[in-house]
Amino acid sequence: MSGSRLAPGLRAGFPIAAAGLLIGLSFGVLARPVMGPVAPIVMSAILFAGSAQFGSLAVLAAGGGAVPAIVAGVLLNARFLPLGIAFAPSLRGSPLRRAAEGQAVVDASWALANQGDGRFDRDMLLGATIPQYVSWVGGTAIGVAIGDALGDPRDLGLDALFPAFFLALLLPELRSRRFVTVAAAAAALAFVLIPLTPPGIPVLAGCLVALVGLRSA
Amino acid sequence: MTEVWITIGVLSVVTIAIKAAGPLAVGGRELSPPAMRVISLLAPAVLAALIVVGTFADGRELAFDARVVGLAAGACAIALRAPLLVIVLVAAASAAGARALGAA
Repeated sequence: MSGSRLAPGLRAGFPIAAAGLLIGLSFGVLARPVMGPVAPIVMSAILFAGSAQFGSLAVLAAGGGAVPAIVAGVLLNARFLPLGIAFAPSLRGSPLRRAAEGQAVVDASWALANQGDGRFDRDMLLGATIPQYVSWVGGTAIGVAIGDALGDPRDLGLDALFPAFFLALLLPELRSRRFVTVAAAAAALAFVLIPLTPPGIPVLAGCLVALVGLRSA
Repeated sequence: MTEVWITIGVLSVVTIAIKAAGPLAVGGRELSPPAMRVISLLAPAVLAALIVVGTFADGRELAFDARVVGLAAGACAIALRAPLLVIVLVAAASAAGARALGAA
């Protein structure tokens, strides 16, 4: 694989990585009092999944213990199963290589690489994930190091950053009435389920709305 | 402290398995037209759900706080065709401003 093939993805991933740096930073700030200085950085480096890290951290911080924290994280990451199945036909090579490249699937890269007809630009996905990974781990380390000087990340509005980012990715997806209907139904279902189900289930249930595609339009 | 490392270890292994499952099961193969339609509809579904959860969820409770202001400001930036980085910064700054003015 040559560097130039990944260049468009690297460029597309850069602004997301800048946002991810701030979110990673807020994770480091919030995680340090609960996990100590090393574990948050290790977690970001190995797990590399914002929502699952925040979700399991919230359980641990509340004294919930390891098993509920793991369950929360797994539920929040369960959407990577359908996302990975969607990405899979665009991958080539040995099973081990496909499984390794599947690790690069994160929400933003997956949405950027989505070509809209059910196919994905593999180089775009891998390229866009690289700067996000670097900034996520780096941001966590900075947050652990200087967290005390920053105060509450919520005061900086960092929790409002990703919804706006996902909205910017969603609007170009709404090419036909069917896409609008599916997005609206998934949004409504997720909204209704927030107070009724554990975190992670609302997004997973939203994914299931895409099954209406089994019927032709 | 042990439970922190157990959480990180188990959650990492399970997540790697979740991400590997799709590529191992259906890698490199063409899917049927209905399956491709489902996949193409997955992006608007998952993005819409992520927006709603990221804006309105506070754990298992519904919350209407400064994030709504941030999302609305971000939507305005999108309508004005601002670049992506500007969109997310406008959203964060607006939410921060709303909190400075006393919003939750």
